[in-house]
Amino acid sequence: MSRHHESSGQEDSAARISFTIDGETCAAIAGQTIMEAADGAGVYIPRLCDEEGLDPQGSCRVCTVKVNGRPVASCVHPVGAGDVVENDTAEIRGWRRDLVRMLFHEGNHLCPICEASGRCELQAMGHRFETFEADLFPYLQPVRPVDASHPDIMLDTNRCIRCGRCIRASRDLDGKHVFGYVGRGINKRVGVNGIDLSHTDIDLDDMAAALETCPVGCIIRKRLGFFSPIGRRLFDMTPPGTAIQKRKGNSK
Amino acid sequence: MDTKSVVRAACAKYGSDRDRLIDILWEIQRASRHINDEGMEEVAAALGIHRVEVEGLVTFYSFFSSTPKGRITIRLCNDIIDRHAGADAVGQALVGALGIGFGETSGDGAFSLDHTSCIGLSDQAPAALINDVVVTNLTPAKARDLAELIKQGASPEELISVTGDGNNSHPLIHAMVSNNIRLRGAVLLHEEIPTEKGLAAALAMTPEQVAGEVTDAGLRGRGGAGFPTGRKLTLARGFPAERRYLVANADEGEPGTFKDRVLLTERADLLFEGMTIAAYAIGAAHGILYLRAEYAYLREYLEDVLKKRRDAGLLGGDILGSNRFSFDIRIQLGAGAYICGEESALISSCEGLRGEPKNRPPFPVEKGYMGFPTVVSNVESLCCIPRIMDMGSKWFGAFGTEESHGTKLLSVSGDCGKPGVYEVPFGLKIEELLQMAEALDPAIVQVGGPSGEMIGRGDFHRRIGFEDLSTGGAMMVFCARRNVLEIVDAFLEFFIDESCGYCTPCRVGSVFLRERIQRIMNGAGERSDMSYLEALGQTITATSRCGLGVSAPRPVIHSMRQFPLVYASLVKERKDGLQPGFDIQRGLDIARKIARRQSMIYDPRFGGKDE
Amino acid sequence: MKRIATVSLAGCFGCHMSLLDIDERIIDLMKLVEFDRTPLNDLKSFTRRCDIGLIEGSCCNEENVATLREFRRQCDTLVGVGQCAIMGGLPVMRNAIMHSDDPLLECLEEAYLNSRLVYNPTNDMPNDPALPLLLDKVYICSQVVKIDYVIPGCPPSGDLLWSVLTALINGTPITTPPGGVKYD
Repeated sequence: MSRHHESSGQEDSAARISFTIDGETCAAIAGQTIMEAADGAGVYIPRLCDEEGLDPQGSCRVCTVKVNGRPVASCVHPVGAGDVVENDTAEIRGWRRDLVRMLFHEGNHLCPICEASGRCELQAMGHRFETFEADLFPYLQPVRPVDASHPDIMLDTNRCIRCGRCIRASRDLDGKHVFGYVGRGINKRVGVNGIDLSHTDIDLDDMAAALETCPVGCIIRKRLGFFSPIGRRLFDMTPPGTAIQKRKGNSK
Repeated sequence: MDTKSVVRAACAKYGSDRDRLIDILWEIQRASRHINDEGMEEVAAALGIHRVEVEGLVTFYSFFSSTPKGRITIRLCNDIIDRHAGADAVGQALVGALGIGFGETSGDGAFSLDHTSCIGLSDQAPAALINDVVVTNLTPAKARDLAELIKQGASPEELISVTGDGNNSHPLIHAMVSNNIRLRGAVLLHEEIPTEKGLAAALAMTPEQVAGEVTDAGLRGRGGAGFPTGRKLTLARGFPAERRYLVANADEGEPGTFKDRVLLTERADLLFEGMTIAAYAIGAAHGILYLRAEYAYLREYLEDVLKKRRDAGLLGGDILGSNRFSFDIRIQLGAGAYICGEESALISSCEGLRGEPKNRPPFPVEKGYMGFPTVVSNVESLCCIPRIMDMGSKWFGAFGTEESHGTKLLSVSGDCGKPGVYEVPFGLKIEELLQMAEALDPAIVQVGGPSGEMIGRGDFHRRIGFEDLSTGGAMMVFCARRNVLEIVDAFLEFFIDESCGYCTPCRVGSVFLRERIQRIMNGAGERSDMSYLEALGQTITATSRCGLGVSAPRPVIHSMRQFPLVYASLVKERKDGLQPGFDIQRGLDIARKIARRQSMIYDPRFGGKDE
Repeated sequence: MKRIATVSLAGCFGCHMSLLDIDERIIDLMKLVEFDRTPLNDLKSFTRRCDIGLIEGSCCNEENVATLREFRRQCDTLVGVGQCAIMGGLPVMRNAIMHSDDPLLECLEEAYLNSRLVYNPTNDMPNDPALPLLLDKVYICSQVVKIDYVIPGCPPSGDLLWSVLTALINGTPITTPPGGVKYD
């Protein structure tokens, strides 16, 4: 199901192509997305809705890059031979900061009280793109009820960033369909396959409920919070992209 | 009937085909007037899918409802053109007469009242949908009369006393809609358009020749984007596939656009002929006419036209005795979602999914409906094809300009004496159109609807065409006494309502645009808000996933460019550094009531000093 | 010499504590600035106009609003310090109360009457005239006045406060210290 299978299946016959990211020449296999190719080359493109092992979705738009002058979402856009990709420019950083800010302001992201703090990808993106100028976006402060019906798992969609990773993990990895999108526009959110979470067949072993799947604190495991001390949490030690950037060191 | 039997009947009607989920939900919505938890469970069980998928659809399309609607649902159009024509007063009259507010259903379940985006009747605004029935040119008095009749138990069909011109009076349409055809051009609205000559000519050629002829004619997509139709046909044909599909986009949702409604009413045969020729050119055996739910009143008539064509050998197997080409068309009714006018979202919708655009590439010509090469084309573009086949590409190319061949149907509405449909050659100046439409004091023209371009007097010399003002056909005329920001605000409200919510910039960014425009309208704007809007608009346009998000900032950006003085007169340089939107007195009202005392700081009688 | 004022609105004083975490650099700071109104010296009102105002906390009640507005009037540059000032922090959780039509009353009743841990035999809610009236909801600082800069964190580290403050005082670009920005 995953794109990684698809591309590896084609690897033998597929042509190797080259393209540039921020002026640096990189190799790719035809059929890869720009993000896959960049990952392989050890160039980190910031992302939220994409997660290794899941089909890419292209919804958060944080991974937007410019290809030959045109903005595209790098997680879904195929790389072409000779493409000139811009990734880390002031303009694109500005877009990404706006997008991350939009997500922060759309939901209730109260880091000091959130169990996901320190391993939250949205927070990590915030740290990455932070500036000290006061932000002008309004806070939408949603008040959706929290679904605490399930004995082990809790759902607070006020923190949902609509990345759909739980939806894809449940569908494609767990072979279930615990989550799905409901509503549209600003009211779009993750819904569950039942009147509430306790009426679904989710369980703690599901990839949909795995800590890595929800990038924020929307899907929370009960009785499991603040398990690492501040300073020793996942992204305190290794912010997103660390592993990818290490590849570059290795290949050189 | 109980929910279970309703669901069972609905699923049976469509062979429990998951891809027909929208049709199935329509059956349930019509029978039960809502699709509740039980209904969703039952549908999921019957189709072997998951409840959350069903809920995803029910909550996506605005004509579906998970809470019970009345036997009669009145949907008043609250588009800006309708509001300028008095829709708000009509709304108040309805609220008064029915005793319920908007978004509410009467206690006895008899009727519901809602607002809806443009329903394609801007030339006879204010207009409303009463179930599937259209009522036009409303006034508060007329609205009260309608409400009385509804309260007395009249069916929506019984509310129609007069029917409109042309086929609007056809027994299968029976609508009080007027065509308002103001100018007939040679290509589409000419009185004498021969039938099936184009099809016969096409079938005498090879499919490649047909696509080539369309390319030679220079026909470009009439929906506004202007992609060369011939190239689309050639591309779709070029991808090897066991099946291909041809889809006519009759999801005419861009506010202020209604020319396809007239084509569907008066040129249904021409459209189906065009679809058949296009299908022949790409090698498609199946076609879909995606009809927006607001035009459901045309459905029975269109089905009848299709039936007659089948009977005449113009559809089905062995068309025109050609012995080598079969093609048939089904009608897919939408369920209230502007985004479905975007071709890949339209395909999602035809597949029984939430009407969200797909990732491109691959484009629909390569992987479209059900994963097969699909050509999605505007109704007007398809109507042009038989004319090109009949009269030749040279004849067609003689109309218009160098880059924009043929004629264009324009839907003119707003502050003018003669709103309606004009078939004009490309290259017409806006000022010439305004003169024809008898617009006495035009100050703003919104070319192509909210997602198009807003122009002021200084730009009225510009021409309609792909090289200058590209348009899907909407021409909204506003006179000098209209408030620019009110128009911008209405357009943003529309984009927010109609955003599918898939990508961040469109879903969230358009809400932020509107917040700031409203702040400016309320006199709380600052000069820095202009650069804020400009920057936010750039991010949204650059990072959005489809045309809706790309277009959402346009009304803001264009209006700031066209009418800088309007903005300048509204924004202030605030020296006190206070946020004027914050109202301390209102913020304290609840506490005053709970504490049963006044403020020591903010109530002057108690020595309050701060302001 | 620059003048600085600081205040804690609906906050926990944690950000002020963090300011003391700059340790011996406070001596350098004293050489750069003079403190006007601040809880650090217990000065309750402004003695004169200031260059920089540091705001901790958000606005829960009318007194917070009056204080914040006074700071806006008296300071050239206002800096929101910490998550409460920036986006409401813990106090803003009140805005998510939704089970009744009167969230403020619901909040008070939960706090003083209904909660399982409350012992309140007289069933009184505090209502002394000296108590400032509560706002209908918690307002973040930038909803009430214009804020020029923010220093994120809960609290921001002493190092971060030091970098931003010295940059603002010296008029130099702000650099992020090692360890960077944290929201908690």
